[in-house]
Amino acid sequence: MLKIRDLCVQFETRNGRVDAVRGISLDLARGETLGIVGESGSGKSVTAFSMLRILDEGGEIASGSLTYGGIDLAQADDAAMNDIRGREISMIFQNPRAALNPIRKIGHQIEDVLRQHAQATAQDARDKAIAALEEVEIKDAAARYHAYPFELSGGMCQRVVIALALACHPQLLIADEPTTGLDVTTQKTVMDLIQALARSRKMGVILITHDLGLAGSYCDQLVVMKDGEIVEKGKPDALARTATHGYTKRLLAATPHKGKKLHELVFDGTAHPILAQGDVLLSVQDVTKTYAGKSGPVHALRGISFDLHKGGCLGLVGESGSGKSTVSSIIARLQDASTGEVKYAGSSLFDVPAAKFAKDPRRSKIQMVFQDASDSLNPRHNAAQCIEEPLRHLGGLGRRGRQDRVNEIAGLVGLPTSLLSRLPHQLSGGQKARVGIARALAVEPELLILDEPTAALDVSIQAIVLNLLADLRRRLNLTYLFVSHDLAVVQMLCDNVVVMRTGQIEEVGPTTDVLASPHSVYTQQLLDAMPTPMS
Amino acid sequence: MSTAAPQSFVSHVSYVLRQNPVTMIAFAMLGALIICAVFGPSLVPYDPLASSDQILQPPNASHWFGTDHLGRDVFSRVIVATRLDMVISIGAVALSFVAGSILGCIAGYWGGWFDSIISRGLDMIMAFPLFVLAMGIVAALGNTVENVIYATAVINTPFYARVVRAEVNIRRDAGFVQAAKLAGNSDLRVVALHIFPNALPPMMVQVSLNMGWAVLNAAGLSFIGLGVRPPTPEWGIMVAEGANYIISGEWWLAVFPGLWLMLAVFTFNLLGDGLRDMVDPRQRR
Repeated sequence: MLKIRDLCVQFETRNGRVDAVRGISLDLARGETLGIVGESGSGKSVTAFSMLRILDEGGEIASGSLTYGGIDLAQADDAAMNDIRGREISMIFQNPRAALNPIRKIGHQIEDVLRQHAQATAQDARDKAIAALEEVEIKDAAARYHAYPFELSGGMCQRVVIALALACHPQLLIADEPTTGLDVTTQKTVMDLIQALARSRKMGVILITHDLGLAGSYCDQLVVMKDGEIVEKGKPDALARTATHGYTKRLLAATPHKGKKLHELVFDGTAHPILAQGDVLLSVQDVTKTYAGKSGPVHALRGISFDLHKGGCLGLVGESGSGKSTVSSIIARLQDASTGEVKYAGSSLFDVPAAKFAKDPRRSKIQMVFQDASDSLNPRHNAAQCIEEPLRHLGGLGRRGRQDRVNEIAGLVGLPTSLLSRLPHQLSGGQKARVGIARALAVEPELLILDEPTAALDVSIQAIVLNLLADLRRRLNLTYLFVSHDLAVVQMLCDNVVVMRTGQIEEVGPTTDVLASPHSVYTQQLLDAMPTPMS
Repeated sequence: MSTAAPQSFVSHVSYVLRQNPVTMIAFAMLGALIICAVFGPSLVPYDPLASSDQILQPPNASHWFGTDHLGRDVFSRVIVATRLDMVISIGAVALSFVAGSILGCIAGYWGGWFDSIISRGLDMIMAFPLFVLAMGIVAALGNTVENVIYATAVINTPFYARVVRAEVNIRRDAGFVQAAKLAGNSDLRVVALHIFPNALPPMMVQVSLNMGWAVLNAAGLSFIGLGVRPPTPEWGIMVAEGANYIISGEWWLAVFPGLWLMLAVFTFNLLGDGLRDMVDPRQRR
């Protein structure tokens, strides 16, 4: 159905022409699901964009052919392309919230697409839009028709985006990282939905992802891309057994799954020893948090209690909205709790209100690594300034001493000194994550709160960062509170785990026990959503 | 800019200038205006205030822009007036930039009551026809150059405050702000050193547009007889005085100061994009 031959895509940039895609060839048969796997910058999204000819400014198809059902997409005129987009080839984007118009009802947005391609008239558009919503398993579709995107959860928004993409019955669906940013449980339901719809409609699907585990479970064919070239292709199970290219092997190793050990994620990893734990360092006692909402109070936390021992690593697991980020920001003293008590090394943290905590001597003891490394670095400060910032206020060092400390800590997290003068946007995702970790470690904290530090990273980078974290914990005798939605990651790093849902604790216990015999239904669901090893 | 590598900032500025010829032209014109403002009185061929017997001469080789009804050289007056008009506009823009930034930061960061009071106060200023408000302020405070500056600053402040408020508000809960708090920064330092600098790129566009408005506003006030008084050379007064002679055919009296005024406004408006690109670190590679 789709045939790509020697596709080359170039971008015109400030530093001359850049080859984003260098001569790739692909075939996709009707009803087949093809996975394109690679890390960011490998050219996988550019390949997809060139199929729909929606490349960013400065990008052009330099050579090669893209044939879809006898039409050469590289040569087709704009009118023909408008006809093909949406009706023949459709696309699901990475961030569902950004892909939906925030001020239009979702039902109207689906109607727009239907009427654009003359699939519906003013009379039956509404019914067809509701039918489209029902098809993506949105409950109570007639009522949801009137919902705005902000009223829906991330998973629901992605369903609406899928409904939009499929409204005109396309023959080929391109899904660009459709589940990145969604919880693992939602990820599973969304992928199951795409698979079921593709089967029932005999639709071709191109799944673009950095997650080899995800692609392996849902694709018939896999293509591994690196630096704009295809390094390996084949069926998932065959690829897992007979991967020859070093990059594919590294990706396979870096993909977490149940039972995998942390050091197995990287090639030359050595097993991390099990560390002894000391006394209780942090004791969270019956913490609640209530916000005043428009329709009555919103209970973000309904009585959370757990202990964290010195030198230990506690995993705080839950989906978005479970309150896990609220707990971590209360412990980090970025906000106050409504009631309850948090004791740090025996003394109450709530003695000092959050707004005044910046001047508290315990400020340097509790530090945090944020979820999105790009968002958490000031775009106007270079890497060295970012790392130095806590030292200015909490370190008590002179200018010379601060610089030495920045260099020392950069070495500790494996950040080359030459990168220290770069601004955040000039760094890669992994490098930004290292800057974030270095900043948190600069003032020698005892407790480090890690709020999904690897959620925005490619699996191969995630593997390296997780091993770095385990290594630092041992060398610096740190205590970790690791917040994540991904049980597969938590099981490798944490000794104990707390499972949270809707502001309450579902389950607490040693990681191995919880994984082996979960007590709550929700934990079981999380376990089911964990990828199984590709064989 | 407190970047650790000054060379990279200089090279970035030269890159922005090379990349965009319009910005290059705008900065060249700004340079010419600044030279006129600083050295104006010593550059011009005649004393701008000295009258002579050569009255109402059309443009010629010795009087490029002609002479006025008192025999004063229009070219000399136009060039000398640059300093006064630039002082008024830059002074007014600087004042409103500072006041607007402070108000906008308070409203955007602390929100709540502060936000309501400041925002409604600014709305009140914007609800007036701005030129009439400026007239009223100058008339009430007294007819001096300083009061023209204050009046222009007051009517421009809401525009800055709104831009800053919006920019600060969207970054209030950003990760790097929380990180700055964890680093032991007080709220005041977080706003001033971490959030506000990120509002500079859109502010630069606002500054350049506002400079144009401020020049026009100052000229407008003197046109109707407020602010600067004759015989001081100023573009607005010169256009006002020249307007009386247009009917009798002496067009050069109003046209040349008007042209200069237009060029100044044009220059400031063109500066905007270039200034923004210069202070935006993301434009650097």
